[in-house]
Amino acid sequence: MLRASAFIIRRELRLALRRKGDVLNVLVFFVVVASLFPLGVGPEPNHLRAMAAGVAWIAALLAAVLSLPRLFAADYADGTLEQMLVSPQPLIVVVLAKAAAHWLLTGLPLALAAPVIGLQYDLPTDALGVLLASLLIGTPVLSLLGAAGAALTLGVRGGGALLGLLVLPLFVPVLVFGAGAVTSTLIGINPGAHLSLLGAFLAVSSLIGPWAACAALRVALD
Amino acid sequence: MTSDLFRFAAPQAFFPLAGKLIPWFSVLAGVLTLAGLYVAFFVAPTDHQQGEAYRIIFIHVPAAWMSMFLYVVMAGWAGLGLALNTRLSGMMASAIAPTGAMFTFLALWTGALWGRPTWGAYWVWDARLTSELVLLFLYLGFIALKGAIEDPARADRAGAILALVGVVNVPIIYFSVQWWNTLHQGASVSLTRAPSMASTMLAGMLLMALAAWMYSIATTLCRVRSIILGRERDAEWVRMTKEQMRAAA
Amino acid sequence: MNWGSLNDFLAMGGYGSYVWGSYGVTVLCILLEILSLKGRKEKR
Repeated sequence: MLRASAFIIRRELRLALRRKGDVLNVLVFFVVVASLFPLGVGPEPNHLRAMAAGVAWIAALLAAVLSLPRLFAADYADGTLEQMLVSPQPLIVVVLAKAAAHWLLTGLPLALAAPVIGLQYDLPTDALGVLLASLLIGTPVLSLLGAAGAALTLGVRGGGALLGLLVLPLFVPVLVFGAGAVTSTLIGINPGAHLSLLGAFLAVSSLIGPWAACAALRVALD
Repeated sequence: MTSDLFRFAAPQAFFPLAGKLIPWFSVLAGVLTLAGLYVAFFVAPTDHQQGEAYRIIFIHVPAAWMSMFLYVVMAGWAGLGLALNTRLSGMMASAIAPTGAMFTFLALWTGALWGRPTWGAYWVWDARLTSELVLLFLYLGFIALKGAIEDPARADRAGAILALVGVVNVPIIYFSVQWWNTLHQGASVSLTRAPSMASTMLAGMLLMALAAWMYSIATTLCRVRSIILGRERDAEWVRMTKEQMRAAA
Repeated sequence: MNWGSLNDFLAMGGYGSYVWGSYGVTVLCILLEILSLKGRKEKR
């Protein structure tokens, strides 16, 4: 099973790197969105510092939602997904591997881009560290729950926007705990509680997300 | 005995049963509403702090309760359909959703109108209102997903998965919003802290809540009959039923 | 009885617009829902 997942992850990465544009788009989108907020609300440094966590996380959510439709779409279109369904590998392995690849291509780069946000919003170093940690813990949730959303809307019209509508409410806990961790650091409170809750939600999502994605893929391919 | 009940799992058998039940639940809803409104306006006393504005809770709280209750029931029917592969269960879930969404909207609307005179703003980002807003999005997502998928069987199953994921996440979302609220609130403004409950106020709210429940059952049964006629339109019994309905009209 | 007169009832201690705005929209929503259900039935 490990070999199969490693194979799928490598395949996803290879396919993605053939179209580097897709991956870079997500990153650039993240930075652009984060850059728009000051233009919208004014450059006052104290305001921006207070907003930074929320902005970073919302930009991450939007960037993730943008990239999710592609998770299954290509394989669905050319029949590969059907092959994966009938293969001896349990479908959940496929889903987990795809979600892991998605995170490597979306969540991880976003987390690594956090210092850019730190610069634009003048975050102190410790808050920036917490932002990085929260993104590292929280973005896998986006991939896991997002996979369920992508599977549910596979081949459905209105795909992208519908996917966003379905999945963004489910991301509320990630947003609250992730941004909350940074905000509490800014006011001097230990972010441990937030980060633990974020971790707990990651654990829950790693059960619910893949289950739902598998069920939804079977529904879509019947 | 149970085999008798299972007979009603077939849309054809459920259709007339629902038709017979609707008038009963409608009457119950009407009577309970009148009783509730009577208590709300003529029995429950004025509140010291909030004056007459507090009487909005007789709609706001029941609406909020129903919005959450209906979501759980909807997810239950949807899950049942997923597990047992019964068509009617999926139809029941579809039938509940619009009423649930309506109650969620009413909870938000009345919450805003209650907030304005009491706390000075139409919208306060308190835990309950914010959670209700997210619940509204969950309802709308469910309705949108079902509407976007053409094949009814696939729509039912996809909707069921979404509803089950939602119902597991709603407590988590609620908890996270509570957490967020206490983190960011200096003063303890709580829109949900109802005035110290005189027993008459509680009675009024319970009556209205029961009325809302009866109303929801009636509308759901009515809507599911409509859905059944639409989905089973190729069946002979549907054709005969439509002719009977047209002849009676 | 809580109310001296019909005027008192309608005024709701000054909060009339909020209270009746709430109850009114509720009645409206219920009516809309019932009408839409009736409409579905007749469309057959």
